[in-house]
Amino acid sequence: MNVNKSLLPLVNPLSKDNPVIVQVLGICSALAVTAKLEPALVMAVSVTAVLALANVIISLIRNTIPTSIRIIVQLVVVAALVVIVDQVLKAYNYEVSKALSVFIGLIITNCIIMGRLEAFASTNRPWASFLDGIGNGLGYGIILVIVAFFRELLGSGTLLGFQVIPQWAYEHGYQNNGLMILPPIALITVACIIWVHRSRNKDLQE
Amino acid sequence: MENLNLFIRSIFIDNMIFAYFLGMCSYLAVSKNVKTAFGLGVAVSFVLIIALPVCWCINQYILVPGALSWLGEEYADTDLSFLGLIMFISVIAALVQILEMAIEKYSPSLYSSLGIFLPLIAVNCAILGAVLFMQQREFTNAWTATVYGAGSGIGWLLAITCLAAIRERLAYNQIPAPLRGIGITFIITGLMGIAFMSFLGIKI
Repeated sequence: MNVNKSLLPLVNPLSKDNPVIVQVLGICSALAVTAKLEPALVMAVSVTAVLALANVIISLIRNTIPTSIRIIVQLVVVAALVVIVDQVLKAYNYEVSKALSVFIGLIITNCIIMGRLEAFASTNRPWASFLDGIGNGLGYGIILVIVAFFRELLGSGTLLGFQVIPQWAYEHGYQNNGLMILPPIALITVACIIWVHRSRNKDLQE
Repeated sequence: MENLNLFIRSIFIDNMIFAYFLGMCSYLAVSKNVKTAFGLGVAVSFVLIIALPVCWCINQYILVPGALSWLGEEYADTDLSFLGLIMFISVIAALVQILEMAIEKYSPSLYSSLGIFLPLIAVNCAILGAVLFMQQREFTNAWTATVYGAGSGIGWLLAITCLAAIRERLAYNQIPAPLRGIGITFIITGLMGIAFMSFLGIKI
């Protein structure tokens, strides 16, 4: 691919350096919120917002933080941002906020955020950090949406709450696969994505 | 009786890993051999057992609406619940710091084998997750919270030790190249999760 070098932090995490399936970060929330498409989308947007802002803030103050307390500083910055996201969601989309329950709070401990802050924002300039944050957020979002798409389609026959599998299919004996709703299937779906992804990118294989 | 039921439930049915996928990052990264995995599991359980009652007290006496009334009448309608996340994460980070110093002093070998994952217990979702679930379920006393912490911790310990044992064996198997490493670990965890679902509905 031929892209401008300054845009690399934005493009790389989408596939080649994907936070979920290549760096194996942020698995917890990626799996737990994907039974339906809508919470997955909200989660993806929230994580992208928190990640981009936290990256910029940490990058701005990167030269003033003493190394010995940087984890605590990072945690406090992220926690403050997550509290804002939590309050905004409660105010404007209470249903989804209920459905995500503790997982919004758990964005604080999402390894993607700590990982990117440590690996990228603490040594790079704000603009590059911003792009890195957006890129990793999107890379995380893509996986979330793919998993949620298949789980909701096969598990409930709906997408974003709308009926997709037509009624006549049910009348001819089609049934929703209840297994897809169960938590363990999320893991197996991600494993399938990893399988496909690594078959296409041979250099990632172990 | 109530507490025993909660204890068993949090180990097997509401298992942090298989039911909620919490603490997956270190679960996947540190499960290459049984001994290290067991050490991390014990450390996580320890933090959980202490963090839960402490956070319960903070929640009960500082955060919930009207909790500050012990300070005097004029504080009776303060609501600090939005500060919850920040308070909890600070308590956990402090505990982990203490634990890290203790392990470094008493078990240097475990300390070096856990490496970066020891300080990262602070951002292990299983711990913050358990604290948030505790807040959501509104346990009535600190003892129940401790029992829940112990159960969740032991459940996590059990899961990571099992996975590490399976992965030690897997080293001798022929696995399709794209699935090697992380892919097959995901599938195994999924299958273990399905197996754990057979505990669903157990009541004591």
